[in-house]
Amino acid sequence: MSLPRTEDIVDDLSFFDDWEDKYKYIIDLGKSLPAFDEEWRTPERLVKGCQSSVWIQPGSEQDAIKGEILTFSVDSDAIIVRGLLGLVLSALDRKTPEEIVAFDISAYFEALDLERHLSPTRGNGLRSIVSRIKGLAQAAA
Amino acid sequence: MSFDVAAIREQFPILKREIDGNPLIYLDNAATTQKPQCVIDALVDYYSTCNSNVHRGAHRLADEATRRFEAARDIVKEFINAPKREEVIWTTGTTESINIVAHGLGSLLSAGDEVIATEMDHHANLVTWQQACKASGAILKTVPVNDAGELDQDAYMSMLSGNTKFVAFPHVSNALGTINPVKAMTAKAKAVGAWVLVDGAQGAAHGWADVQDIGCDFYAFSGHKIYGPMGVGVLWGRESVLEDWPVWRTGGEMISTVTLQEATWNVLPYRFEAGTPNVGDAIALGEAIRWFSALDQEAVAAHEQALLDRATELAEAFDGLTIIGNAKNKIGVLSFVMELGHPADIGFLLDRQGIAVRTGDHCAQPLMARFNVPGTARASFSIYNTLDEVDALFVALKKVRTMLA
Repeated sequence: MSLPRTEDIVDDLSFFDDWEDKYKYIIDLGKSLPAFDEEWRTPERLVKGCQSSVWIQPGSEQDAIKGEILTFSVDSDAIIVRGLLGLVLSALDRKTPEEIVAFDISAYFEALDLERHLSPTRGNGLRSIVSRIKGLAQAAA
Repeated sequence: MSFDVAAIREQFPILKREIDGNPLIYLDNAATTQKPQCVIDALVDYYSTCNSNVHRGAHRLADEATRRFEAARDIVKEFINAPKREEVIWTTGTTESINIVAHGLGSLLSAGDEVIATEMDHHANLVTWQQACKASGAILKTVPVNDAGELDQDAYMSMLSGNTKFVAFPHVSNALGTINPVKAMTAKAKAVGAWVLVDGAQGAAHGWADVQDIGCDFYAFSGHKIYGPMGVGVLWGRESVLEDWPVWRTGGEMISTVTLQEATWNVLPYRFEAGTPNVGDAIALGEAIRWFSALDQEAVAAHEQALLDRATELAEAFDGLTIIGNAKNKIGVLSFVMELGHPADIGFLLDRQGIAVRTGDHCAQPLMARFNVPGTARASFSIYNTLDEVDALFVALKKVRTMLA
């Protein structure tokens, strides 16, 4: 299944007053992320966070309209981190390198108004994933 | 004397904090304990009234600072029942204490010598010996842990031999809470003539660091796990061993005489205290130990045992939760995993409810591998925790389980 669009995520999250609903939304997003091949959980794909691990498998495809787009499969052993990865993929997956480079991820996270607990600055590997994706896009752009 | 947990809590200003509208429930005491007001005051008082460099100034402040600094050393000496005050070395904490010993050990080992550590060690008490062995060609052996989280004493016995030069083990496992039989283990190592270091990071906080009773050669602990400040700790070493142990860092008070080509080293304890010491924190650690030692130790132990008993009882009755570490002798540490949810998820969702626990590998990756878990969530209790807080932890865990389902 495809991930919700970033605009929809921002809308949805702003709608919740209750922290539980917000977390539940992120947990559900984590569950809906496409399955990651168990065999891909290798050291080369590993981005170590301080409390949980994150794996990433980059790829690329030819899109009929856009030309080359970058694709990313990601995974984490922590479901909440998987949900946060869903937020990232919604913004950066299946985009052209130029689109990825141009995307303002900080502004996006700010708009999501994520609580301190879920903030990408916490040691959950998310920040490393974002810079990894940005780096790959930079190289391909 | 008796024990009044409400009166204890009053002395810890941080416990009045709220987290997202919930009262803070601090259950990460094995990582660091909170500080009573008297320790905070001791720090403020030192910097407000007598801050100066010790041992060298010819003025009143230096005299006063030196006196307080050395008085703190005496408090530590009493606390760990050290034979001599000169054996008490100030360090930055357990990790540095162990590194001082390991650094020296590296040059005392030869190829074929054996060093024994354990599978339950904190990385600070494992990687240091790995390095010392690598540098010298010595062999590192590690005592395995059984399913209950206890060191396999038979395996330990079989590893000891005339080749064993050095043995290191934790007083208490930080990740599991297991209290090791340090006295018996030390006696066995001494019987083959090995030096023994006890990593007391988690043991000193319970007032068990009686180095003469244990019989070890080195004992290391951190101030911040025993209600003192961060950045200060202690290495105790037996004088006869320490006075010939190779020096660690050079410079400052540790030097006796210097020419442009040669230097000689000062006597103990200064021999290992290079540079300007952490005077304020050492004084505040002295105050922390004084404060802690004045408590009714039996009542403190009974209180902590009651917290652990309640937590264990609730954990055993909790569907989908497995306790990691069921040693017969444990401090107030409950390490666990849940069927639903990675430890990091549990940590996130407890944090949001105002409950601070540690999640992850607890700097003991080999031990996590032994139990085949990526890490655990760990609630660790201290004297200021209450039975109500333990109950609240399990109410919060129910919510965690529901949310992750």
